[in-house]
Amino acid sequence: MQMHSLSFDVSHTLAGGLVLISFMMLYQDRLYSLLNVFALHALVLALSVAWQAFIQDAPHLYVTAVIALGFKAIVIPVALHRIIKQLGIHRDIESAVGIGPTMLAGMGLVALSMVLMLRVTAEADPLAREDLAFALSVVLLGLLVMVTRRNAVSQVVGFMSLENGLVLAATGAKGMPLVVEISVAFSILIAFIVIGIFLFRIRERFDSVDVSALDDFRGERE
Amino acid sequence: MNVISFNPVAAVLLIPIGSAALLAILPGYRQTARLNVVASLATFLSALSLFVIARPQPTPYVLVDDLNIVFIVLNTFVGFTTSIFSASYIAHELETGRLTPVYLRFYHAMYQTMMFGMNLAFVSNNIGLMWVAVEIATLTTVLMVGIYRTHAALEAAWKYFILGSVGIGFALFGTILVYMAARPVVGEGQDGMVWTLLIEHAANFDPALLNVAFVFLFLGYGTKVGLAPLHAWLPDAHAEGPTPISAVLSGLLLNVALYALLRFKILLAVNPAAIAPGPLMVTMGLVSVVFAAFMLYRRRDIKRMFAYSSIEHMGIIVFAFGMGGPLANFAGLLHMVMHSLTKSAIFYAVGHISQIKGTQRIASIRGLTVTHPALGWGLVMGVVAIAGLPPLGIFMSEFLVVSSTFARQPLLAIVLVFGLLLAFGALMLRLTGVAFGEPRGSTAAAEASYVPMFAHLSLVLIAGIYLPTPLVVWFQHVARLLG
Repeated sequence: MQMHSLSFDVSHTLAGGLVLISFMMLYQDRLYSLLNVFALHALVLALSVAWQAFIQDAPHLYVTAVIALGFKAIVIPVALHRIIKQLGIHRDIESAVGIGPTMLAGMGLVALSMVLMLRVTAEADPLAREDLAFALSVVLLGLLVMVTRRNAVSQVVGFMSLENGLVLAATGAKGMPLVVEISVAFSILIAFIVIGIFLFRIRERFDSVDVSALDDFRGERE
Repeated sequence: MNVISFNPVAAVLLIPIGSAALLAILPGYRQTARLNVVASLATFLSALSLFVIARPQPTPYVLVDDLNIVFIVLNTFVGFTTSIFSASYIAHELETGRLTPVYLRFYHAMYQTMMFGMNLAFVSNNIGLMWVAVEIATLTTVLMVGIYRTHAALEAAWKYFILGSVGIGFALFGTILVYMAARPVVGEGQDGMVWTLLIEHAANFDPALLNVAFVFLFLGYGTKVGLAPLHAWLPDAHAEGPTPISAVLSGLLLNVALYALLRFKILLAVNPAAIAPGPLMVTMGLVSVVFAAFMLYRRRDIKRMFAYSSIEHMGIIVFAFGMGGPLANFAGLLHMVMHSLTKSAIFYAVGHISQIKGTQRIASIRGLTVTHPALGWGLVMGVVAIAGLPPLGIFMSEFLVVSSTFARQPLLAIVLVFGLLLAFGALMLRLTGVAFGEPRGSTAAAEASYVPMFAHLSLVLIAGIYLPTPLVVWFQHVARLLG
C-alpha cells in the first residue's frame, strides 16, 4: 500500500512537472531559451517514462525512455542550436499573440482537459486517468505554442512538446503495445528529417525561417 | 502450386516498398518511370487477385474483408493510371528544368512509398499500425508537395505539415483512448488494438471514453479528409505540388483518412450507450459542401478550384456515411469511387493543360476545345461529371444521396441540394471560358497520355448508365456492414 502511494505520487509529480514546463515554454521569448526549456521537457518525460517502466514492470518502456533522453533531450536541441546559429536568427521570437493572453488561454486549456478527462475516465484506475488528464494538457499546450509562434523553429519545438504529451499518454496506458511507442519515436524522427529538409530549403531560398515571410504568397492574387 | 503460395496482401505491400528502394538507387528517368508504371501495375493485379484467391485469415496485423477490398482495388487502380500519367508529365518537367534528375529519383521513390503507406493503412487490422501507415502516406506527400521548392510550394508544404501534424497528434490521442476503453474488456497488450477483437467486445466498452476518443479521431483524421474548417492545407497542397500528386491526393489520400474514420464509426455503432457518430459527420459534411461551393466562385487558379471541389465532394461522402442506413451508405461508397475516378481524370487533363499554357491561372486558359480538342473535351467531360450531370456516375450517386436524405430529413436535403447547385453553377461558369472562349496562350501541341484520362472517364460513364449486378450486390453488402 505504502509502495503504491509512493509510485502514485512520483508519477504524479513527473506528469505535473511536464505540464508546468509546457507553461514555461509559453512565455519564452528567445529561441535559445525555448530550446533549453524543451530539453528540460524531454528530460522530465524520460524520467516519467522510466518511472512508468519501473512501476508497471514493463522493461520495453525503458527503450522509450532512452529515446526520449538521447534523441529529444540531447540530439535535437543541439542540432537546432546549430541551425539557429548558422541561420543567424537568435533574435527575439515574434509571437502572434501576447504573453498574457497566451498564459490565460493555456490555463483554460489545462482546466478543460482536467474537467474532460477526469469526468470521462471515472471508471479507469486513478493512476491512468490523471496521467491522461496531464497528457492531454501537454498536448493542448504544445498546440498553443505552435499556434502562437510565427517562427518555424519554435513551431517545431511546439510540435515536439505535443508529441511528448502523446508519449506520456501512451506510457500511462498500461500494457499498450510497443508498436505505438516505437511508432511515436519513429514519427518524430521522420518529422524531424522533414523539418530539417524544410529549414534547409527555406534558408536556401529566402535566408529566413520566419514563417510569416511565407504568408505573403496566397496564390490567389492577381 | 505457385498460385497457392502467392499471398496478395504481402504482394500489395512488398511490391511498392521494394520498388521504392529500387527507384531510389536507379538513375535515368525513362527506365525509372517505366519501372514505376510496371510496379504499380503489378500492385494493381495483386490487389485484383484478392477477389479470386481465398482471403487470408485475419491476423493481429492484417485484415482483408469486404470493406477494404473496395478501397484497396480502387487505390491501386488509380495509383497505376496515375503512374502512366506521371511518366509523360514528368518527362515534360525534366525538359523545362523544373525538376532535376536527382529530385526525380526521389519523386519516384516517394511515390511508391506513399502507395505502400496507403495500402498498409487499408489492410492493417491494428489501429496503431493503421495510424502509422496513414502518417507514412501523409509525410511522403508533404515532401512531394514541396518538391518544386518555389516560394509557394514551400508555403503549401509547411502549412500541410503543420496542420497535418496536429491531425497526427489528435488521431494518436484518440487511438490511445480507444485502447484505454478496450483494456478492461479485451485485456492488456497487443489484443487491445486489434480491430477484429475490438469490434467483438465494443458493446462492453466504457461509452464515455469511446465518445471522447471518437471526437479526437474525428478531428484528427477529419483534418486529413479535408473537412471544413480543418481543410486549410488542402487547396495549397493541391495547387503547388506536381499534378500527379494532386491527382493521388484528391483521389486516394483523402479516401485513406475516410477509411480510418469509417472503421471507428463501425466500432462506435456497436456500443449502444456511445454517441451516434452520425450527427457529427452530417454537420461537418454539410458545412464542407456549402463552404466549398461558395469558395469555388472566387478561384483564379485552376488546380485550386478543383481542390475546393474535392472538399465539396468529401463533404458529400461524409454526409452520406453520417446519414447511415443501407441506401445512404451505398450512395456514399459509390460516390467515393466515382469521385476518385473523375477527379483524378480531371487532374490528368489539368496537368497537361497547365504544362502547355505554362500557367495555372484560369484567365489565361481559354478555348481549349478549339486548340486542343482531346484535352479540352476530356476536361469538359470531367467537369460535367464532377458537377453531377447525367448520365455520368456522379449524377447517380448524388441522386441517391439526395433522394435517401429527402425521405428521412427533408431539411438537410434542401441544404445539401443548395450546396450542390451552387457548386454546379461555379464549375459551369469557369468551364465555359476555359473550354469554349477565344483561344488564348500557347497553342503548342500536347504530348499527353490520354489513355488514363479517358479510361477513368469511360468507367464513370459506364457506371452512370449501367452498374453491373455483382458490383451492386457487393456494395449493398458493404453498406450493411457500415450500419
